[in-house]
Amino acid sequence: MINLTVNGQPVTVPEGTILLEAVRAIGVDLPTLCYHEALAPYGACRLCMVEITAPFSATVASCTYPVEEGLVVETDSPKALATRRLNLEFLLSRCPHSSTIREMAAGEGVTYSRFGEPPPDEADELCVLCGLCVRVCRDVIGAAAISFIGRGTKRKVGTPFNVHSDACIGCGACAEICPTGAIRIEDRGSKRILHTWNTTVELHACPECGRFFAPEPMSLLKEIFPEIKDLWTLCPACRQQRTARQWLDTETDKA
Amino acid sequence: MKVRTRSDLATLSSSGLSTLYPPGLRISVGMATCGLATGAADVYHVLHDEADRRGLDLMLVATGCIGYCQQEPLVDVYMQGRGHILYSKVTTDIASDMIASLASGELPTEGALAIIPEENSRNSKPLEKLAGLPLLNDLPFYSLQHKIILRNCGLADPVCLEEYVAREGYQALALALLDLKSEEVIDQVLGSGLRGRGGAGFPTGRKWQICHDEQAQPKYIICNGDEGDPGAYMDRTVLESDPYSVIEGITIAGYAIGASQGFIYVRNEYPLAIERTTRAVARAEEIGLLGNNILNSGFDFNISIIRGAGAFVCGEETALISSIEGGLGEPRPRPPFPATSGLWGKPTIINNVKTLATIPVIVSHGSNWYAGIGENGNTGTVVFSLVGKVANTGLVEVPLGLTLNDMLQGIGGGGLNGKSLKAVQTGGPSGGCLPERLFHLQIDYETLTQAGSIMGSGGMVVMDEETCMVDVARYFLGFTMSESCGKCTPCREGTRAMYEILTRIVEGKAIPEDLKLLEEIADWVKTASLCGLGQTAPNPVLSTLRYFRDEYEAHVRDKCCPAGVCRALIQLNILPDLCTGCRLCQRECPVGAISGEKKKPHVIDQELCTHCRSCYDICPEGAVEIARG
Amino acid sequence: MPLIEHPPPLAGGALLATLHNINAKHGYLPEEDLCYAANELGVPLSQLYSAATFYAAFSFKPRGRNTIKVCLGTACYIRGSDKLLEKLEATLGVKEGETTDDLAFSLETVYCLGSCSMSPVIRVDEDTYGRLRADHLPRILKKYGPAAVDA
Repeated sequence: MINLTVNGQPVTVPEGTILLEAVRAIGVDLPTLCYHEALAPYGACRLCMVEITAPFSATVASCTYPVEEGLVVETDSPKALATRRLNLEFLLSRCPHSSTIREMAAGEGVTYSRFGEPPPDEADELCVLCGLCVRVCRDVIGAAAISFIGRGTKRKVGTPFNVHSDACIGCGACAEICPTGAIRIEDRGSKRILHTWNTTVELHACPECGRFFAPEPMSLLKEIFPEIKDLWTLCPACRQQRTARQWLDTETDKA
Repeated sequence: MKVRTRSDLATLSSSGLSTLYPPGLRISVGMATCGLATGAADVYHVLHDEADRRGLDLMLVATGCIGYCQQEPLVDVYMQGRGHILYSKVTTDIASDMIASLASGELPTEGALAIIPEENSRNSKPLEKLAGLPLLNDLPFYSLQHKIILRNCGLADPVCLEEYVAREGYQALALALLDLKSEEVIDQVLGSGLRGRGGAGFPTGRKWQICHDEQAQPKYIICNGDEGDPGAYMDRTVLESDPYSVIEGITIAGYAIGASQGFIYVRNEYPLAIERTTRAVARAEEIGLLGNNILNSGFDFNISIIRGAGAFVCGEETALISSIEGGLGEPRPRPPFPATSGLWGKPTIINNVKTLATIPVIVSHGSNWYAGIGENGNTGTVVFSLVGKVANTGLVEVPLGLTLNDMLQGIGGGGLNGKSLKAVQTGGPSGGCLPERLFHLQIDYETLTQAGSIMGSGGMVVMDEETCMVDVARYFLGFTMSESCGKCTPCREGTRAMYEILTRIVEGKAIPEDLKLLEEIADWVKTASLCGLGQTAPNPVLSTLRYFRDEYEAHVRDKCCPAGVCRALIQLNILPDLCTGCRLCQRECPVGAISGEKKKPHVIDQELCTHCRSCYDICPEGAVEIARG
Repeated sequence: MPLIEHPPPLAGGALLATLHNINAKHGYLPEEDLCYAANELGVPLSQLYSAATFYAAFSFKPRGRNTIKVCLGTACYIRGSDKLLEKLEATLGVKEGETTDDLAFSLETVYCLGSCSMSPVIRVDEDTYGRLRADHLPRILKKYGPAAVDA
């Protein structure tokens, strides 16, 4: 176990814990964008920066810093606050219409950005380049349908050549994990349209009722998890009905 | 032939000596990229064709860079029993005459610059006519230098293994593999005090020790040849002129840490370096100095060469690793550090080209010898590319502790065209500008860092009274902004924001608050960025604000550029009394804004003029006036 | 463990070398070649595409027969390489990053060619030219495409 001090409070956590978790353990809620428990830490957004005041002086990103014995950490020192605020000012300038960013900024006392607004064709930008979608698609799902494109201020996320991706299985993990709701997915008829990725996948139709209920490419799960093969035959509603009927039949037979 | 024993190495050495100092004549033409850029290839061909035509028996070699780039094309002539002379600024005409002289048994005199002293040659007394020539090491450009990293550059055929061995090559590898344990090799490097020559200056021996002590296998050793600092070409030169020094160095490093696979990552913009290094690796493999059971020691080592693809950030070690693994050059958070978990998660050492080129010399001469050069904590030599507004430009290797004055005045020969020096920039885009009043400072890691710059990889750009320091800061931020990988918010957004503010300043559109904002953003980018690129990107801004704040204030407050550079703030006029109507400026003007007949005063059309100052630079009469503010 | 298994890691530098090969063969990276290469290498297309768009060495549009690179490195910049760029832009009628209509020349900038003592420097294909002034340029261009230049 490692002992350290955060904002004057003693904290004890297992070795290998990252500083962000140690900070959260005492209830301090640092804003984060690129950190997620299911993914390896990425260190891109730099919002979780804290100041280490002993035994040395440093400002570090807490999501990628493993705890050390005797660390003295301040999460709201003038330096730490200043770095978070300026960061949010820039994010606000990039995504003025993102409610997530506006709230996060307001939480740190930032309501206005000195860095202006984006040009009209970028005004609705919601992506903060945190990389969660790319990482979940690549590392958790394994489909790797999207990736970072370009570099520097031209960096963005997309499918190769910005067109439909055959690698996409339509699972929607990207939209689920996106902190700002930048990814738009719409089920329309027999298709799931991932608007943000210019990608469309077919949906599987229930043989019983004809409703579309799962992306066809995800049928590969049948191979990976043979125990759920049955789940593919019927949609949830019909499956529930059939299960209820089967139970009733069983009970009737007994009686 | 395969080299398996020390005695085999001795055979190679004899062979090398016989070509380095052949009976008769040997001419070497400096054909690294800088030589080629000034026409060395044409000189080579003329020498070849003329010698052929006259039936002159000679050994003609394309060699590397001897460092005195200002004097290119450089040719050296070795005539056994007579002398070894270096010739400078050799044109095709001079080359032709040289062959004529040599054909009649005389060492040429035109273009003779210096005598190259040789320990190994037999009886090198120059002819009477050249007796007054200085020795190479006595030339002001060379007298303060101490060549270790550049020991072979320009003095041997870069891809001839025999010549490398003849000049003490591979003695160190034999010593390491056959007589020393890996821990003993690391001890030598530790004791030498060698610090990473890529810029950060971390003690090399300590890094090797950490990696050596890691249990995980396999381990890797990478040579970082992704030299991207604009203004720096030291690593290119070493790879083009002496690739075996790096190959031997990386092999020893592999032995020391326990790695059997090495990578040499070379910047894409260096095709000649890639070509020569590739040939040298192939030759070393062919002869058994790479591969399995090197020198019968049981040690296996292989090298793969990786060609970069145009991204400055790949010089950062975690981005380099990322680039080798799967393409994208994105930095990763540290810890873990590469020595513990690097390439494919395994213990990895990344060393700069110059660091690895130094290793063989430390192992063969011993740590004490190396530690005796320079000063405590800053031992050995560093290589600088001395460029910019200085009279003698070129590649320079000096002991640490030399002062900037010695470098700029002693070696550099002072300002170009007699202009007074204003500042020197070290460390590339990660470094800072130091003003003239600090030129008494010694060149060492700590002194430069405290003064607001860094040692860096060795780029040293000299600036004079006609350089605008705000323009310089903007130039560097333009660079880092375009090279930022974009992963982390501070670097991606902050470098652009700083660049935009600096643009406002040089265009005369800034307000006083802009300077405060600039400093605020600079501090943030320095503190919050993920990797060294972002963390050091603000240095050019911070150092110029520290030492040249008056220039910033002039731009902001008075809309004036004191150096007369910033286009929006100057106007150019031709003074009719001084103009002789030579038309040089007319031809030079990129936008055709100058009119005037021959021998009549010319006039600049202010509507068309872009204020680029080409006319001012080319006018031989000083007839172009720059109106500031 | 990802749902869909990851392919085994590539040999060091294999991805970059593949992109270099395609770029060298065609002068740029055609879409079909990238898709084919991703298949052959066994990497996701998104990974290959990501790298292809990250590096300055690769182009997605056909390049000219000759590539001119103007060095904007510090030493060259101080000795006026931006004026060389202006002269070339004016002479060829294209901006930096563009290719002439007849595909004779592509004009690019590079942040350092490593020939700093010869500043200012340009490279045309494999040839490096140093110590340049703007009025040297027309003569150099003529060596590569006499018809393409009207200085």
